[in-house]
Amino acid sequence: MTVTTTWYLVLAAVLFSTGSVGLLVRRNPLVMVMCVELMLNAVNLTFVSVGTHLGDLGGQLAVFFVLVVAAAEVVVGLALIVAIMRRRPGATADDLSLLGG
Amino acid sequence: MDATVFIVAATIIMGGAIGVVLSRNPVHAALFLVGTLFGVAVLFVLQDATFLAAVQVIVYAGAIVILFLFVIMLLGVDRAEDLGVEPIAGQRPLAAVIGASMVGLLLTVLLVAVDGPTGKSATTAPLGDAGGNTRRLGEALFTDYVFAVELTALLLTVAVVGAVVLSRRVTGPLQPIPGPDPRSEQSGDTPDGADRAEEEAAQ
Repeated sequence: MTVTTTWYLVLAAVLFSTGSVGLLVRRNPLVMVMCVELMLNAVNLTFVSVGTHLGDLGGQLAVFFVLVVAAAEVVVGLALIVAIMRRRPGATADDLSLLGG
Repeated sequence: MDATVFIVAATIIMGGAIGVVLSRNPVHAALFLVGTLFGVAVLFVLQDATFLAAVQVIVYAGAIVILFLFVIMLLGVDRAEDLGVEPIAGQRPLAAVIGASMVGLLLTVLLVAVDGPTGKSATTAPLGDAGGNTRRLGEALFTDYVFAVELTALLLTVAVVGAVVLSRRVTGPLQPIPGPDPRSEQSGDTPDGADRAEEEAAQ
């Protein structure tokens, strides 16, 4: 039984949806950022799979840049969470409704 | 052989992902995330993307998860969250419906509608065997994509500066300091350590 590109795409789709459900359900901002990482990993898996399928290096190059952007995103996001948590310990995403009117 | 590796890695990935979503403790969620990231690295190796597998382990599992754990320890938010409460009525059934329909849509688009990935094989950056993977990636990054590499350098610099600025200890209207503000006559030029000592003394 050989592993085809379809297997990877199905796995990536399920992983992406799991991450999005977690993002919708969880209220701890840290866990929400982790769920975003799950979704980014699903997209990375898709990039590499399709790149391998087409014999193209471009998929792996895109994953390289996604990794860099994900690192920057996590750094800024965690700094924001630290700044918020200092003022309001134990804040959840539902408590941060100041801009909600 | 390949199928066995794929099934084991996929099991680890999905177990980790479900663990991230369902675990009540953020520390456990971070550790489940490591499992998912390692599983994805295994699948990268399986597809001969050896450089990305190494970067995945070093950057994600080695740096990003450690950063998560540092923040969890720093903030002391490692107590378990009560997942029994549902703050918004109907949030979870709705999320389940959205997730299920997202799986359906993605599978339809990826597998049925376009009959698998289509497109032409590249002529400028062909994918060779696994041996020269790192070399080819480096050559492409520093020739065709050199401007994007420079931009990522700028992005990382901005992110570092932003993180430092955001996590600096500042006083604002939400966090009043009891007693006279020691910085009112010095226009905020005192070093941070002195500030903190004065704050603690005032408290």
